[in-house]
Amino acid sequence: MSDPRIEVIERRLEKVENIIAVSSGKGGVGKSVVASTLSLELSSRGYSVGLFDLDFTSPSTHVILGIQDVFPDEEYGIIPPLVKGLRYMSIIFYALDRPAPLRGSEISDAIIEVLAITRWEELDYLIIDMPPGMGDATLDVIRLIPRIKFLMVSTPSKVAYETVRKQLTLLRGLDFPVIGVIENMVMHSLRLRSQVEEDGAEYLGSINYDPVLEEALGDIERLKKTAMYAELTKIVHHI
Amino acid sequence: MHEWALAEGIVSTAVRVAEDEGLLKITEIVIDIGELQQVEHEILMFALEQLKTPTMKDARFVLKPIQGRFRCRVCGEEWAFIPETVDKEASEAIHFVPEMAHVYIKCSQCGSPDFDVTEGRGVWLESVKGLKRDE
Ligand SMILES: Nc1ncnc2c1ncn2[C@@H]1O[C@H](COP(=O)(O)OP(=O)(O)OP(=O)(O)O)[C@@H](O)[C@H]1O
Ligand SMILES: [Mg+2]
Ligand SMILES: [Zn+2]
Repeated sequence: MSDPRIEVIERRLEKVENIIAVSSGKGGVGKSVVASTLSLELSSRGYSVGLFDLDFTSPSTHVILGIQDVFPDEEYGIIPPLVKGLRYMSIIFYALDRPAPLRGSEISDAIIEVLAITRWEELDYLIIDMPPGMGDATLDVIRLIPRIKFLMVSTPSKVAYETVRKQLTLLRGLDFPVIGVIENMVMHSLRLRSQVEEDGAEYLGSINYDPVLEEALGDIERLKKTAMYAELTKIVHHI
Repeated sequence: MHEWALAEGIVSTAVRVAEDEGLLKITEIVIDIGELQQVEHEILMFALEQLKTPTMKDARFVLKPIQGRFRCRVCGEEWAFIPETVDKEASEAIHFVPEMAHVYIKCSQCGSPDFDVTEGRGVWLESVKGLKRDE
């Protein structure tokens, strides 16, 4: 017995130049905001960009970018729709606005299914918004997308960074490239640079806690005018 | 028409299995079709015929339908998937991603979405038969 889906996954991604997973050991540190704004910024710079929301139980990027009323085309598989300049894929196309209570093995099966049927066209970058932690989604992208690179997000808190450090150790042990670490939601002072460098990863820069980001969520023109976005922009050329 | 994407997976996997097992010519490919996914057999068969490689040019494709079955993890209830009981929206979603069953279907006894799909989830390559060099 063989799973016929695994064999085609690499082919589905063969026209994508760079695949970046935005990841963190910790939840709520800003992965989805970073993945969304990074996608927008790369697209503004003239790159062709895809955004794949791989958080199947708590997808968020559609809320951040204000994506609604679009659906993929069906053509020998699924073609992610072009929305806000991005090729976009999310489980919301199927779960709609309903809860998706999935166990680990089911998340994994759903991820494999979507990877096997989604035909990504030529892209300079595919940004993947990961769920928190080193669970099914992380292990699946490691297993199924061997050329993926990781962009880690942490807050200045040692509670967050401790989980990121563990993920860095895991990735290093498996020889997966880490682009670096972004220190997000900085309130008082930067804390991570020396730690990150000590742990052998690149410190890409910091983003302050932006008290008015909330007001801009769902509207990309407003998002692009936030201080958070401006800081992200400065980090992008390290990526 | 995402049956084409599934067919592509089946053909590529059959090629790999044949290589692994040293088959020079494939004579039969048996595919389990979990009914939860509601794959269109005719479209899948057509796609397989179009996509087949020279090694499988005389192969017989056998589609084996397997009824979708659930077991509730909360109350233990077991029941079968009846396609007619889900609406079009749910049916579409489950067709593309069978795990969407947990979004649209509830345990018929206790109402929980926490159930196992014990059988008939999706498409599996059951067996690839063929001839080796010395046969
Ligand atoms: N720099 C920032 N300034 C202000 N608010 C921020 C900043 N970064 C993220 N947020 C807010 O913090 C919350 C969590 O962000 P986000 O959803 O991106 O985190 P996440 O890491 O993706 O979470 P999860 O682990 O649940 O996927 C959101 O409400 C987001 O708007
Ligand atoms: Mg998130
Ligand atoms: Zn039940």
